[in-house]
Amino acid sequence: MSLDRWEMVVGLEVHVQLKTRSKAFCACSTQYGAPPNINTCPVCLALPGTLPVLNFEAVRLAVRAAHALSCTVNPTSVFARKNYFYPDLPKGYQISQYDRPLAVNGSLTIGESADGTPITVGITRLHLEEDAGKSIHDRYPSATAIDLNRAGVPLVEIVSEPDMRSSRDAGAYLRTLKQILEFTEVSDVNMEEGSLRVDANVSARLRGETKLGTKTEVKNMNSFSGVERALEAEFARQVELLERGGRVEQQTMLWDGTRGVVRPARSKEASHDYRYFPEPDLPPLVLSKAWIEEQRTSLPELPVARRARFAKEYALPPADIESLTSSVALADYYEQAARAHGDGKTVANWVRGEVLAAVNADGISVREFRVRPGDLADLLSLVRDGKVSHTAAKRIFAEMRKSGERPAQIADREGLLQEGNVDAIAVWVDEVMAEYPEEARRFLAGERKLLGVLVGAVMKKSKGRADPKQVNQLLTSRSTG
Amino acid sequence: MIGPLDPRDVPSSAIDAVADAFERMADVKAGREGLNLILWTDRVRAADAARSCQRDIDAGREGGVLAGVPYVAKDNIATTELPTSCGSRMLENYVSAFEATAITRLRNAGAILVGKSNCDEFAMGSSTEYSAFGPARNPHDPARVPGGSSGGSAGAVAADIVPFALGSETGGSVRQPAAFCGVVGVKPTYGRVSRYGLVAFASSLDQIGVFGKTVHDAAIVMEVIAGLDPHDATTADAPVPRYRDAEERGLEGMVIGRPKEYFPPSLDPRIAALCDRALALMRAQGATVREISLPTTDLAIPVYYIVAPAEASSNLARFDGARYGLRVRGGTLRDMYDRTRSAGFGPEVTRRILLGTYVLSAGYYDAYYKKAQEVRALIAAEFRRTFASGVDLIFTPTTPSVAFRHGAKSDPYEMYLNDIFTVTANLAGIPGISVPIGRLDGLPVGGQLMAAHFDEMAMFRGAYALEGALGAEAHR
Amino acid sequence: MAVSREDLLHVASLARLALDEEAVPRLVRELNGILEHMDVLRKVDTSGVTGAAGVGDAGMPLREDGGAPYPLAHPREAFAPEMRDGFFIVPRLATHEDATESVE
Ligand SMILES: [Mg+2]
Ligand SMILES: [Zn+2]
Repeated sequence: MSLDRWEMVVGLEVHVQLKTRSKAFCACSTQYGAPPNINTCPVCLALPGTLPVLNFEAVRLAVRAAHALSCTVNPTSVFARKNYFYPDLPKGYQISQYDRPLAVNGSLTIGESADGTPITVGITRLHLEEDAGKSIHDRYPSATAIDLNRAGVPLVEIVSEPDMRSSRDAGAYLRTLKQILEFTEVSDVNMEEGSLRVDANVSARLRGETKLGTKTEVKNMNSFSGVERALEAEFARQVELLERGGRVEQQTMLWDGTRGVVRPARSKEASHDYRYFPEPDLPPLVLSKAWIEEQRTSLPELPVARRARFAKEYALPPADIESLTSSVALADYYEQAARAHGDGKTVANWVRGEVLAAVNADGISVREFRVRPGDLADLLSLVRDGKVSHTAAKRIFAEMRKSGERPAQIADREGLLQEGNVDAIAVWVDEVMAEYPEEARRFLAGERKLLGVLVGAVMKKSKGRADPKQVNQLLTSRSTG
Repeated sequence: MIGPLDPRDVPSSAIDAVADAFERMADVKAGREGLNLILWTDRVRAADAARSCQRDIDAGREGGVLAGVPYVAKDNIATTELPTSCGSRMLENYVSAFEATAITRLRNAGAILVGKSNCDEFAMGSSTEYSAFGPARNPHDPARVPGGSSGGSAGAVAADIVPFALGSETGGSVRQPAAFCGVVGVKPTYGRVSRYGLVAFASSLDQIGVFGKTVHDAAIVMEVIAGLDPHDATTADAPVPRYRDAEERGLEGMVIGRPKEYFPPSLDPRIAALCDRALALMRAQGATVREISLPTTDLAIPVYYIVAPAEASSNLARFDGARYGLRVRGGTLRDMYDRTRSAGFGPEVTRRILLGTYVLSAGYYDAYYKKAQEVRALIAAEFRRTFASGVDLIFTPTTPSVAFRHGAKSDPYEMYLNDIFTVTANLAGIPGISVPIGRLDGLPVGGQLMAAHFDEMAMFRGAYALEGALGAEAHR
Repeated sequence: MAVSREDLLHVASLARLALDEEAVPRLVRELNGILEHMDVLRKVDTSGVTGAAGVGDAGMPLREDGGAPYPLAHPREAFAPEMRDGFFIVPRLATHEDATESVE
């Protein structure tokens, strides 16, 4: 089977939970992990007679996301009912948006192709809707358990154009999207807690072909790598089918991550007929142009822009930039330290080295890290000004990480401040000369290679407090004296 | 004294008022075995409420404008102390875990809920014959229907059990039974009264309405329940006037339109005559009567019977046996759904769910639902133009006939035609009121006044004047 | 656009209504009887109509985030047909594939 004759065509539908305190249409908490059905009320239980009232914060976050994806936000959008029966859908319909969505026509740049041209994926639409509850099928025999804590949590659905050509593209799209949603603080984007969910539309066509093949929808993927593997598996399945002269059937496929295969979902209802119609309980959502614009201008710096600036302002190599902009928190940490210290590269090395190592070891976010950016800058300044040696700096850092103390205090208390006083150094040198008479004699006789030995001995005697440069100078001057 | 209601209604104390209501229920056999107007009551609880209310009154505390006044609410309005069955097996004995805003506001005004009234299942009907708990009967003639779907509430006021009652409207379900029972029935502007707690039938048409023995009673209750509700995104943020003040304002200088489409040749000439008497009386009080035309009128019923069932098919999807109400067990989820819904819904509800699902389903949406909404917009625009042209009120018969006998309307569409004069106000979202204007063969006849959006004031001015002029006449 | 027996059964299935076999012909007749009265609408010129009629063209009011959850006057157990360990319990779906069907 020659996969390379074929081209994969992928479009993604991503559902993202918005970071609100209360649900989209009632005041229930969106807290994850509460006991079953504790976060439910008359509205999200769909008790007869209840009505939805939309959460302003959900609108604000959705509009931020739309701007971050360069979408056009519609001043008037309309909610619609998507009707289908499912036990975790209490009203028997989902309040969503249909023919008049919140935002359209966006785009997302996910990287560069070999020739350096940017790879951009079109965003068809972004709309607001409510989440469903959870159906748990494996808890009780022959019964399904329903937990409606998640029912009514606000979501944005982000639909891409079929612009991706590989599972790698899809992975890059998802990682870029995740980062943007984190940077704009629209969502926690936590796949384990299901705050980001992905469905994929996949088709195969011969390279050079311009029209799209029949697509299938792949569901039930719960990690980015799962998405990439599922796409490969489904693509291979389709290609094998097509190579044998078969036809791809438009259907929903389910990814089985443990077995690494896709299976057709038994289509439980011949035709999905969602009978969309405008939600009569909610007037149109009307947003002023001024407010929409305000949301755009108040967006934080997005990853792409920030990377460009890091390259310019701190003259960092790509590897540093990639790592330092992996999250808002880390980028902010780095930037505060770099601004305070001045030498971007030195700070970058420390943040990528010591700081990340420590943070990962403690399993915390840099926001919680005891060593604040200003203190790190102070420490690195001590090194630069020759006040502490590099070795000492690492000891001090370890202490700061535990106690959160200022570096100068620690250096002072631990006696790690370097001795710049020539007299003191002279005394150590004399002592060393006395302790190593043979080496001293040969060195003074011009055996230069012994310099290192003697410097080392002096440093040892000074417990690292002596400035190696000065020790060096002193010894050299004597040898020729 | 108990509330500023019409003195005729006012007993000496809250305790007596509530006791009287229950006495009267017994006397007229308002329960299942008799007129079947009231489905659920709790005498002990109501008596307690009356006692604590009377304590407040005796202690001179501000008891609220309806202090100690008993009332009944249609059984599709959510109450936490009495069941809310919507006249359906689906919700038999279901007690709501929250309370409708209108019920809360009435309690805060001192009114005491003494019962939940019979209605067509989920408010789908015009005769209260489609209640799962048996048909309600008209106090004026038990062989006849009280109208519907709020027939129980209309009958309870007509039978002097309570001075006022809550009903709900989607296509005339307050005004039509008010006409059949000879009481006052108000359908407010869409968005004037909160729908929170009103079990949805057709959300873009539904509105809680009021029955009163008199226009005055209805006006006071409207003042209490109207206004913005943060729980209902479709309520209007507009001040609520003192509708009672409409009484002094009179009719001087008002223009009343008489739309010819509401007086077709087929209309019973005796009903037309009673309407013209009413118009003459209003003219005598300084109003000008203008012949007008509302050509889209005959489109209203077709539009209504697409829009309402479509919304109903979605609104009633929540009755699936999973979280509350009836559950008929089944081996699989699908079995439980199918069995529960087939057993829980009666024939008319089933018919409308099927119709509504059909007009929304793939391939038919544009031809039916979308088209109907567009025609609905034309109907609404026609009313707006009419009121903009200097017409303050539109007067019509409320119904094409008096109360009919049980079982008289077997064909669904024939039943639907009962709403022909009332459904337009629901489609346009404007307020309407039905006032008794006389009798035919001893049965009440109602006249309808419609006004522009949120101009309930004009509506009440007309109603007060008409009631005042007709006086005892109205009941002859 | 007459409603066929198949249309009716499809619609009944969408609406999760199991119809008695003998009721089907009557319902087909009734639905067609009602729908034929609806045909007048097709002749109406609505080309000038912008947007459907009805609720709030002013735009919807929005809620502040958070606030006190709306209370339940009675515990869930008081109205739920079946609950276990705080879960609402329903019969298992026909197939496990169906189980992955959820919000889209
Ligand atoms: Mg969706
Ligand atoms: Zn809730």
